[in-house]
Amino acid sequence: MLRFVIRRLGALAATLLVSSFIIYAAMYAAPGSPESFLVRGRTVSPEVLASIRVQYGLDEPFLVRYWHWLTGVLSGDFGESLATRQDVASLLASRIPTTLGLTAYAALLIVVFGVVAGVVAGLRGGALDTAVLLGSSVGFAIPTFFAAVLLMSVFAVTLGWFPVFGAGAGLSGRLLHLTLPAVALALPAIAVVARITRTAVVEERDTEHVSVSLARGVPWRVVARRHIVRNAMLPVTTIVGVNVAALVAGAAVVEHAFTLDGIGSLLIDAVQQKDFAVVQAVALVLVAVFGVVNLVIDVLYAVIDPRVQLGGESA
Amino acid sequence: MSAETLTGVEPLAVTSSRQRRSGRGTVRRLGPLGVAAVVIVGLLVLAALLAPLIAPYDPAIGSVVERYQAPGAAHVLGTDQSGRDLLSRLLYGARTSLTGAAVVVLLAAAGGTVLALVATWFGGRVDALVGRLLDLLFAFPNLLLAILVVAVFGTGLTQAAVALAVAYVPYTARVLRSVALRERRLAYVQAAELQGLSGFVVTGRHLLPNIAPQILTGAAINFGYAMIDLAALSFLGLGVQAPTADWGLMVSQGQDSLLQGYPGQSLLAGACIVVAVAAFSVIGERLGGRRAGGRA
Repeated sequence: MLRFVIRRLGALAATLLVSSFIIYAAMYAAPGSPESFLVRGRTVSPEVLASIRVQYGLDEPFLVRYWHWLTGVLSGDFGESLATRQDVASLLASRIPTTLGLTAYAALLIVVFGVVAGVVAGLRGGALDTAVLLGSSVGFAIPTFFAAVLLMSVFAVTLGWFPVFGAGAGLSGRLLHLTLPAVALALPAIAVVARITRTAVVEERDTEHVSVSLARGVPWRVVARRHIVRNAMLPVTTIVGVNVAALVAGAAVVEHAFTLDGIGSLLIDAVQQKDFAVVQAVALVLVAVFGVVNLVIDVLYAVIDPRVQLGGESA
Repeated sequence: MSAETLTGVEPLAVTSSRQRRSGRGTVRRLGPLGVAAVVIVGLLVLAALLAPLIAPYDPAIGSVVERYQAPGAAHVLGTDQSGRDLLSRLLYGARTSLTGAAVVVLLAAAGGTVLALVATWFGGRVDALVGRLLDLLFAFPNLLLAILVVAVFGTGLTQAAVALAVAYVPYTARVLRSVALRERRLAYVQAAELQGLSGFVVTGRHLLPNIAPQILTGAAINFGYAMIDLAALSFLGLGVQAPTADWGLMVSQGQDSLLQGYPGQSLLAGACIVVAVAAFSVIGERLGGRRAGGRA
């Protein structure tokens, strides 16, 4: 287990290194030079332009600049925002808590509602099953951003139960402000997870070991818990993992819709303003978090099912 | 994920060759829901094609005096914040949604197929290289990849479509590679190879036609996702730009009106997206046998 984790961390570090190069090169290749952004359409003398280039190190060759950036990032220095002159690292630090709260809240909703709905539908069947199936089909087709607008329209504007914008203050305020965004973010994933969980439970319910256990007189509750649900959790872990990992980037849409000050909305704003220092930093952070979440899921997989041999599969 | 999609895809080859002969078989296979989905998609395509003929107003021109009109005789679905006719904008919006998603799906299928075939045919080091490239793309969350491509190439329908195609290629390529690999191991392919046919001919004549059903199924399933993701990019202001009529953009533009008590634009445009996506996903499901769990 430990060897597996160490090897995967090594692979993740290598991936991050290559990703950082790709991200930096992509921003370098993007049209619109940073110095023209810095002077903001004003006409400046060539001397001023040259001094700006020296000040920001724009006159150095690409690889040298990449090296400076990379070594800076490794020591926690992500550079300076071109738009606001703010330190990117502290900008990130101020934005991350909102995104973290939002994605954790959404992940919780996915696990609780998605898995529970799927298990209940699969075990009980009948009208409840039909309801879950129908609900998941509808939830599946609703894009996150429309779910956000829809929830906002119903619960914030019409009913006034929840605030429309902002992240709120204090723990209860934060929870209240994040509820609608988290539901919007989690909704499509809940639909998928419920659907897959239901299928897994139904398939497991029809296996021979379940029939045998029931025939031997093992109570249904015990069979359901020990044999059906536990075995069905393997595909469920995978699908929950995929969906939770996708929240990392998907949060951007919801943050934009609810004007939450997370790193996702920071990324969108930075792309629109061509503030590439910020884009690079956020992209790298998102790739890193995405990698770590995926690693955690793989480890969880082995914890849930001891039969899974982690050493066997190399990343 | 890829394994799951594969098992979901497999029955297609069997059922389609058996039932292709009779139109009634197709209808039965689609089921009532499938038929409804096909009708909806047909109507959408008609709306997109005929938008200039059937739209009652110019989608880009409105008058300030007519802003926020309730649905009525003059404007069947009412008007938006600039007094533009919503029905006309929705009709024109079908154009960007459908063409955009079609471009995404075509590019992703083409890119994925080429990568899969190259990896399969050359094998060994080339295969490993392609695998590494895909792994690298997989390290980026889908939406992030698309946003980064937009950051480089700029906003607009074409750029957003290309961006999404890039994000979809790894999934398509991975699924198709495993299908092509299985096909390549079959005796007839090896026989063709032994006869001295060039790799290009074997790949084009034998591998490609035989993985075509999987390419089609993948494209059908991706279509709904592509619509959602394109609309999301437009919603974020990174895709289609105002004043072009686009459903995703309309949801976003309608958000301000919604807060002022005029939810019409957002809700109508969103409903169009939901119905269209649901229709495409039903068709994709029916084509591909069972449901497809994710974007894989």
